[in-house]
Amino acid sequence: MSHDKKFNTGEEHLIYMANQIATFFTSQPGNHAAKGVADHINSFWEPRMRRHLFEIIERGGQGLSPLVLEAAESIRRPKAA
Amino acid sequence: MCGTENRFVEEIDYGTPAARSDKTVTLTIDGRSVTVPEGTSIMRAAREAGVVVPKLCANDMVKSFGSCRLCLVEIEGRNGTPASCTTPAADGISVSTGTERLQSIRRGVMELYMSDHPADCAACAAGDCEMAHMAETVGLSGNRYGMEGANHLAPSVDDHGINFKELDVSNPYFAYDPAKCIVCSLCVRACEEQQGTFALTVEGRGFESRITAGMDEPFLQSECVSCGACVQACPTGALQEKSVIEMGMPDHSEITTCAYCGVGCSFKAEMKGEEVVRMVPYKDGKANRGHSCVKGRFAYGYATHKDRILNPMIREKISDPWREVTWEEAYSHVASEFRRIQHQYGRGAVGGITSSRCTNEETYLVQKLVRQGFGNNNVDTCARVCHSPTGYGLKTTFGTSAGTQDFDSVEQTDVVLVIGANPTDGHPVFASRLKKRLREGAKLIVIDPRRIDLVRTPHVEASYHLPLRPGTNVAVLTALAHVIVSEGLFDEAFIRERCDWDEFQDWASFVLQPENSPEAVEKASGVSAELIRGAARLYATGGNGAIYYGLGVTEHSQGSTTVMAIANLAMATGNLGRPGVGVNPLRGQNNVQGACDMGSFPHEMPGYRHISEDATRAIYESLWGVKLDNEPGLRIPNMLDAAVEGSFKALYVQGEDILQSDPNTHHVAAGLEAMECVVVHDLFLNETANYAHVFLPGSTFLEKDGTFTNAERRINRVRKVMAPKNGYADWEVTQEMARAMGQDWTYAHPSEIMDEIAATTPSFAGVTYDLLEREGSVQWPCNEKAPTGTPVMHIGGFVRGKGKFVRTAYVATDEKVGPRFPLLLTTGRILSQYNVGAQTRRTDNVLWHDEDLLEIHPFDAENRGIRDRDWVKLKSRSGETSLRARITERVAPGVVYTTFHHPATQANVVTTEYSDWATNCPEYKVTAVEVSPSNGPTEWQEDYDAHAKKSRRIVHVEAAE
Ligand code: SF4
Ligand code: SF4
Ligand code: FES
Repeated sequence: MSHDKKFNTGEEHLIYMANQIATFFTSQPGNHAAKGVADHINSFWEPRMRRHLFEIIERGGQGLSPLVLEAAESIRRPKAA
Repeated sequence: MCGTENRFVEEIDYGTPAARSDKTVTLTIDGRSVTVPEGTSIMRAAREAGVVVPKLCANDMVKSFGSCRLCLVEIEGRNGTPASCTTPAADGISVSTGTERLQSIRRGVMELYMSDHPADCAACAAGDCEMAHMAETVGLSGNRYGMEGANHLAPSVDDHGINFKELDVSNPYFAYDPAKCIVCSLCVRACEEQQGTFALTVEGRGFESRITAGMDEPFLQSECVSCGACVQACPTGALQEKSVIEMGMPDHSEITTCAYCGVGCSFKAEMKGEEVVRMVPYKDGKANRGHSCVKGRFAYGYATHKDRILNPMIREKISDPWREVTWEEAYSHVASEFRRIQHQYGRGAVGGITSSRCTNEETYLVQKLVRQGFGNNNVDTCARVCHSPTGYGLKTTFGTSAGTQDFDSVEQTDVVLVIGANPTDGHPVFASRLKKRLREGAKLIVIDPRRIDLVRTPHVEASYHLPLRPGTNVAVLTALAHVIVSEGLFDEAFIRERCDWDEFQDWASFVLQPENSPEAVEKASGVSAELIRGAARLYATGGNGAIYYGLGVTEHSQGSTTVMAIANLAMATGNLGRPGVGVNPLRGQNNVQGACDMGSFPHEMPGYRHISEDATRAIYESLWGVKLDNEPGLRIPNMLDAAVEGSFKALYVQGEDILQSDPNTHHVAAGLEAMECVVVHDLFLNETANYAHVFLPGSTFLEKDGTFTNAERRINRVRKVMAPKNGYADWEVTQEMARAMGQDWTYAHPSEIMDEIAATTPSFAGVTYDLLEREGSVQWPCNEKAPTGTPVMHIGGFVRGKGKFVRTAYVATDEKVGPRFPLLLTTGRILSQYNVGAQTRRTDNVLWHDEDLLEIHPFDAENRGIRDRDWVKLKSRSGETSLRARITERVAPGVVYTTFHHPATQANVVTTEYSDWATNCPEYKVTAVEVSPSNGPTEWQEDYDAHAKKSRRIVHVEAAE
């Protein structure tokens, strides 16, 4: 069936989720937005998802919001698989 | 059975409801002195003193009416013989209940009644008739009138049976035989006061008066919702359960908890041998106080439905037919497959899904199996798809992930705000209690895209209905806050004392921003600024304000933000920490709360402790003898993504049907199809089982011991009343699986599992089966500080310390309407069906809802040439399906609505892939769609049906001894 699916790949979905989190923390007061994003991802994202996120970032982070990129340094790097 | 002796639970009927008063009166009844609250009837006072006064037209669930004249008493110094059910006890009076004069009057009354009562009444013979019992009590021997006079017993041959009405068997669960009715009006009062439906009336006067349903219709056609309260109230056999007529009276009973919705009603399961005769709501049940809905009382037939699978089955490929195997074979197959897959693809390649339909103990074991046995945290629950935002939102703002009140609290509420919930359908018994309070004068605000029943129902009318566009909850709630702050309606003293004042000030400045004003929000939400202002003022100033919310709040891309917006409102107005107020999530399935409490989420151990906390892991590591992974695991949608990508290969699913309940059916199917070992543990070959390699038969709530935790955090006992038809309770099956995988589990009874939960989880520290036996139920936290539980939370302060105000900026969903998809679809549920319908579809409840319908506004229907009951095609960016239309003004123009109880509809083929930003809870409640006429099911539906049929083939083996 041909549908205009929103996410054609898991990667698109992952990018979308990261940006959604960034949108929420952007609206919060103070300059803790990046920390908020990183804490959230550290608390709720399984290592595979975080590893995938870093792969995207290392490829240039296309599609990711600047806040996610800023948060990246505080996101825990998963151990190698 | 279960090694214990059969008992029959008897409850005392005090005759009239308890009076609430601080003052007491003391009187003498038949020489016994008794002290009761002022306003208590003499009948009730007598019963409390141990004196049983004969009665027919009274019970302690409804107000007395004084029509049968059987309960007469004499009061010293007063004339006449007043009815004890309607006469209040007074200080110092002396009452006699059994004088010769009274007895003779009673005999006369009974003689008249019996002269118009069928001599062959089956209920009398079965012992289920108060009439027969009373006739005996008052010593009635003969009947001088005979049966020849005018009566209600038979059709009119001459003129005698003028008032005869036909037997009504239209309702599948109970019969109404007017010939046996004595017009005591107990049923009418039960329907009004307990249920709040007002379906019954007394028609005609005097001897001609009769009870009729609706506009003198058969029960099934009337507005009756089949709650059964009238049947239970009927003192004769006029209204009677068909099961009692067929099977006779039960001989033993046990108290247990309904396995349908999050209200968690207590029932007496009344049994004959191994068969349920009827379920009777239990008066001491603190969630339901003796009331129930059609599902809990009547829809238990699925437990013995022929579709139930009773033997384990295996197959190599999902295109193969099923092959029955022994339990041992099934366990060792699962163990070796999971071991192989972990070896080949890594420790994280397997996971489990717990069920919010199973008990706390069963859920605990599944997450334990994953953490201890699989060595990862890939455990999730279908609560993910309903209330995960509640967890995130309430934990962030208040510090704990649960509703703040008990259900009794609603009795002290002055303003009720219902948002994104449809209690009369989703949480019927709570709705009855709520409607009762509203009839007493409490005010109601409804925020919902649909005009739900509560907006206008007999003797209840919402002061405000805000019919917002789906997806704009946050905007509207923040606008309410704008009004409260800008008009100075907040509770400064409360906020200064209980919350962080700086955070409040920041939040206040945020809500005051012009884009959050009612006028600004009007455009996006479609709700007029005036309505928003009115609702805000009423909630903030109307006295005790309580918020009740449901899936219409959580199932959005801003679900967690909405929960926080609700918490902000309650904190700002000081509506927390006492009875009558609070923030109350109405949980969908029976044990959603419990499943969340028991560590079903991939980032949390039982009791909401994050997996990264070393101290928490240490508790379990020392008890379980393993090292636990400190990284969060995969959530259901992430598991499916990982499966499609090839790194997730095996899943154990207990009691859930993720293919039908999770969004985007295509994606779920693709994920399941990519796995190498899917184990489904359920009652029926559900939709997910179409993709399974191993099927383990499950057991029903009637077949096991355990506990469920309802929406009020109340831990209720589930008691085994029959042996599991499949041989094993679900906890036993999980235990055997764990043992096959090398774990040394030796639980002999669920109480031992609860002991482990209590020993490791601070908020459950005081919970034992002994305590539950003594108290009936307890609400967690239950520990040293609260030895019998906690009805109202956050008294005097919040669990997290200071309440936290959080900015809630509105972000429009990316699911947008446009020229190709101009309508917004939202989804919900109806009373007679439950969730994906696996149980209720297998009962007579289908009489009320045999298919899912698409509700559409007449304007939108006309534009598209759609007539009522036409087949229509529902198409979104994700997929399409077909169903029939129902044209109604309940939905606003531009909005369509459907339920998802039937697999043939496949509503989730259509729903979006978007989800809550914080928890991935799917955005079920908003999907852009187009609707067009069609001539029947879509190709996908037909394919799906064929596939489902094919994948359900079973090759039976000869019974091997
Ligand atoms: S079953 Fe319930 S709703 Fe129906 S008539 Fe009886 S009390 Fe009313
Ligand atoms: S479905 Fe809910 S309201 Fe109905 S009986 Fe069961 S617990 Fe009570
Ligand atoms: S019970 Fe009091 S009049 Fe019927």
